[in-house]
Amino acid sequence: MNNKILFNLLQVMVVMAFSPLVKGVVDRLKELVQSRCGPSIFQPYLDIWKLFHKDEVVSEQSSWIFRFTPYMVFVTPIFVTLLIPVLTDYPLFFAFMGDMLGAGFILALGGFFATLSAVDTGNPYGPMGSSRTRMVGLLAEPVFMTVFFTVSFVAGSTIPYIVQKVWIMPLSNFFEPSHILTMIAFIMLIIAETGRIPVDNPSGHFELAMIDESKGLEYSGRGAALMKWGGSMKFFVLVSIFLNVLVTPWGLAQGNNLGEVLLAVPLILLKIFAFIIVLVVIESSFAKLRLFRIPEFLVAAFITSVAAMITRFL
Amino acid sequence: MIAQSMTPTLLTQLNALTGGLFLLSTFGVIAMRQVLGCLKMFILQSLFLASSALLLSYYHSSLHLLAVAAITLVVKPLLIPYLLRRTVGDKVTSRREISQVLNIPTSLLIAAGLTIFAYFIAKPLIAYSGAGGIIIGVNLPIGISALLLGAYALTVRREAVPQTIGILSMENGAFFAGISIASNLPFIAELSAAFDALIIALVMGILIRKIHERVGSTSVGEMKTLREV
Repeated sequence: MNNKILFNLLQVMVVMAFSPLVKGVVDRLKELVQSRCGPSIFQPYLDIWKLFHKDEVVSEQSSWIFRFTPYMVFVTPIFVTLLIPVLTDYPLFFAFMGDMLGAGFILALGGFFATLSAVDTGNPYGPMGSSRTRMVGLLAEPVFMTVFFTVSFVAGSTIPYIVQKVWIMPLSNFFEPSHILTMIAFIMLIIAETGRIPVDNPSGHFELAMIDESKGLEYSGRGAALMKWGGSMKFFVLVSIFLNVLVTPWGLAQGNNLGEVLLAVPLILLKIFAFIIVLVVIESSFAKLRLFRIPEFLVAAFITSVAAMITRFL
Repeated sequence: MIAQSMTPTLLTQLNALTGGLFLLSTFGVIAMRQVLGCLKMFILQSLFLASSALLLSYYHSSLHLLAVAAITLVVKPLLIPYLLRRTVGDKVTSRREISQVLNIPTSLLIAAGLTIFAYFIAKPLIAYSGAGGIIIGVNLPIGISALLLGAYALTVRREAVPQTIGILSMENGAFFAGISIASNLPFIAELSAAFDALIIALVMGILIRKIHERVGSTSVGEMKTLREV
């Protein structure tokens, strides 16, 4: 029992510690593909460190929501981390507090507060970007639901720890069409939800074209650091749900001792690195879609998830 | 012993996976905006068709399905796109935006509805299939839905090249369903079907080129009246 609580907290520590590294590696790899040198992979840590030591400027016109949001954005991925398998194969202490739908709701809560705070300050770019984010989120919702229902119906459960075992027992289940199609749909979902290239350019600095980044424009100092850190944790959490529940549930700790759990840390980082390479290839080979083409991208994801459902149940 | 009992399930799963990807690439034919994107999706679809034929030949251990797979591999993903691009010319195939009657999200949702419909009309047919039921149950509805989706692409597209690709993907769907239900189809029939598709592509390609030379566009949706010279 004590071990399970310990591992659960360790899981949170791992996500907090390594999520900026993942962001740094993505940025570096993208720059390398564009044959530029790129910042160090530890740059996000330095950014967060710098921002924590700067003064914070808060608009007089803003309400408590603006001050409260960074903490919300920072805390919600941590709550989700308690629910999902990051390091271990077996359910940990908080695993049964919520299922995958609950995790989706918690992440959506952070997004909701980010939207409110963007509207709060009266900066013209904030509401524009946040309404675009809402549009993308609204269209991504049916994909998430269909993927979620397909996966949990196949497994007969909505707890991610139970779902992950279904696809590899026996191994031929891995090649099931609904599994592969669900994977494709979920990759498209991650791209849309975390603002990656066919949908949004995460490294763009032009306010009129921003979708996801414009929510944090007004923040400075500690608030900005928490928003950045929370954003990279959200990415880490979504990727580890994708990898550990849907794609490769191998390499997770099965035993109950600390050594095995610690060994799972480099393995999950390795898997995420492999995923990042795929993501960088996707990001480098497509152009950013125009705003009104985004529904087409998400409808394609929806159709993929529906095809996964059809091939399984009809 | 274990290996023997594992192989059929792995094989049927792989067959189902090929079917699922075949269906996805058929959706891709409808979803693509560019002519070349459409053609690429057709190439993908034909590759999945060939790999399905390969898997089925292994499953039935039949040599002539292997020959069918080889012919499909040569004709559909390689020869037909090459011929279409040669005959039609770069001016038409490099068009980025092609006009449609419906916008892409709507037509994709209708396509999903068609697929579900195909599954329902295939259900009574599957009930008659005896021994090979596990393969037919997966492949027949996917083949029928690819047939319907090809016909649908034919109706919503307004340009000649995507319409040709619609016809060809219809043919692919029929072929996909055909090799799963009748694995002992006479070889000559399959050979002729493959060359039929080749001739379709060639004739359509030349026709499109002529239309493009005469009229200056290939949007056949707007050509409603005959004109005397």
